[in-house]
Amino acid sequence: MPVLNVIQAVNDALRTEMRRDPSVVVMGEDVGRFGGVFRATQGLHDEFGADRVIDTPLAEGGIVGTAVGMALYGLRPVPEIQFADFIFPAMDQIVNEVAKYRYRSGGQYACPMVIRSPYGGGIRGGHYHSQSPEAHFVHTPGLKVVVPSNPYDAKGLLISAIRDPDPVLFFEPKRVYRAAKGEVPEGEYEIPLGQAKVTREGGQVTVLAWGAMWHEADQAVREAAEAGVDCELLDLRSLQPLDVEAIERSVKKTGRAVIVHEAPRTCGFGAELSALIQERCFLSLEAPITRVTGFDTPFPYTLEAEYLPRAPRILRAIREVAAF
Amino acid sequence: MPAKASPLAEKVPAPDREEVLALYRRMLLLRRFEEAAGRVYTEGRIGGFCHLYIGQEAIAVGVHAALDPARDFLVNGYRDHGHALAWGTEPERVMAELYGRASGVTKGKGGSMHMFDAARHNYGGYGIVGGQVPLAVGLAFAQRYRQADGVVVCLFGEAAVNNGSFHESLNMAALWKLPCIFLCENNRYGMGTAIERSSAVTEVWQRGSASAVRGELVDGMDVLAMRDAVARAAAECRPRDGRPVLLEARTYRFRGHSMADPATYRTREEVEQQKKRDPLNVLAEHARAAGLELPRGDLEALEAEVAKRVQAALEAADQAPDPAPEAIWQDVYASPADPALHREI
Ligand SMILES: Cc1ncc(C[n+]2csc(CCOP(=O)(O)OP(=O)(O)O)c2C)c(N)n1
Ligand SMILES: [Mg+2]
Repeated sequence: MPVLNVIQAVNDALRTEMRRDPSVVVMGEDVGRFGGVFRATQGLHDEFGADRVIDTPLAEGGIVGTAVGMALYGLRPVPEIQFADFIFPAMDQIVNEVAKYRYRSGGQYACPMVIRSPYGGGIRGGHYHSQSPEAHFVHTPGLKVVVPSNPYDAKGLLISAIRDPDPVLFFEPKRVYRAAKGEVPEGEYEIPLGQAKVTREGGQVTVLAWGAMWHEADQAVREAAEAGVDCELLDLRSLQPLDVEAIERSVKKTGRAVIVHEAPRTCGFGAELSALIQERCFLSLEAPITRVTGFDTPFPYTLEAEYLPRAPRILRAIREVAAF
Repeated sequence: MPAKASPLAEKVPAPDREEVLALYRRMLLLRRFEEAAGRVYTEGRIGGFCHLYIGQEAIAVGVHAALDPARDFLVNGYRDHGHALAWGTEPERVMAELYGRASGVTKGKGGSMHMFDAARHNYGGYGIVGGQVPLAVGLAFAQRYRQADGVVVCLFGEAAVNNGSFHESLNMAALWKLPCIFLCENNRYGMGTAIERSSAVTEVWQRGSASAVRGELVDGMDVLAMRDAVARAAAECRPRDGRPVLLEARTYRFRGHSMADPATYRTREEVEQQKKRDPLNVLAEHARAAGLELPRGDLEALEAEVAKRVQAALEAADQAPDPAPEAIWQDVYASPADPALHREI
């Protein structure tokens, strides 16, 4: 099986779907001839032409709004927002049009599309090239939100997202775009949206993570094991739909939960997870549910290493929760 | 060039020797500073993103020559090191920001795209393309409101012109007759996309016509032309019944979009061709034509002086401390004791 990194896996998924379905079109700033700033769309322009791999002007609201119109007429657009930080100019289209079209039209119309966007810190990008805006979209009914952590999942989830009848925000962990490598099957395969993956089984503490933070959490649970704390690690993969049964199963077993994300803490997705866990697992809890997150500040350039919830901070939380 | 004449026959004085030297010195500072920034970036001393201004110096220096940082206002995009320097911010503080040091203009928490300087009315770089344009309208509105007489100059690249914020802003500025100069630095590319591939109308100076904003094309490689055009535009929009102006400065970036850009989307010949109109040479030629040729010795002295300045900035940045971890919590809200600030370490 070929070994790919996350970018190559995304590229592979796009190519696979474009070959299968002529209604799939890719669009965005420099996605065509240039192949995308992260090279996620490299080679697609050559293979599928400028009609299907569309270079757009710098106009995020226009890109997403145009994709809505395309989707309404049966195309399956996959717009790229070059960095998740630039999704905010398109916020109106996403929140008010993309998310609500089906509902607003009484089910007569829908605009399935996949908005792909690299997210997260770790590249010293500072305020405007580091943010993790997933919670805004989970908070918007009508959308689905997917965040892969590795190449295998990236391909399978992206294929599922493109085939999904509803709009999907697909956030790609740019920090591990090239660093995360793994075997990826050739051809098509789907990973259903809404299934978490238990990447390590354990009995003492449940750790929940997704995207780039899964890698930090993975390191932390390994170190925890060396220190005698046996963790169970879940890669959520999809935040909406959410595999709440898998979370419930694990926390009922361990009685303890640590949630990890890069976005700021307040109203981050961890807050929702924490609420769900206490609703469903109240009588099983042995310790307060603990969040390890980015701070409630803008994303700093120089102090990025302090800001991001790295493995040592996660490990500290695991120990505290285990010892509670 | 098919420029539209300004209705105002504003008299702009021809340069004298002193001014030519001053303009040359300033452009040279921008050039050498950016060359140094590019160098230390590749050495890993600067992280993240770094967009160099090399090739576009005549614009920043021309703007500064026509306006007054004590009276006028600057709002900028992300290619902002050059404007910060031209507008007078100390090279030490700009370089320190690139390094992410505590002595940088935003205390090292922003980096390349965040060159602010409140003492000089520099309202900053802005990393969201097009997002800065409405801010200029607001600043200009506030000038009228307070009966102040500052002019706001707003810089952006030609890619920003395709963004809704540009058109919304020009309409408001024209409607309210605001003292605003919208200055497009058209270097022909937005990242890897040439203007012909992104814009239905490539004459940017015409794109204010929907809001009846007068447009003018300027040679962005010619610092004297820039100085004159900005001075005319300022004279036009500054009076209480004045109107905003859209200037399109045709220029070229000699380097890639950012330090990470191999610039494969344009040919070597094209870049070499453009370099023949290096703004430093264009000014030198003007001087020669006016009989103000700068003696070799003067130029060498200038080079040495600028090199020393840049070297001092590098050394200061190198030696400055990083911000303390505590700085993460500063400047989120006005008061660090505000209960809205959730501190969690
Ligand atoms: C809203 C937004 N979309 C996309 C980007 C990514 N981006 C940064 S610069 C740039 C091209 C801008 O080109 P132009 O305005 O011509 O300025 P230049 O780089 O030529 O100075 C792009 C697409 C961004 N920073 N903000
Ligand atoms: Mg440009």
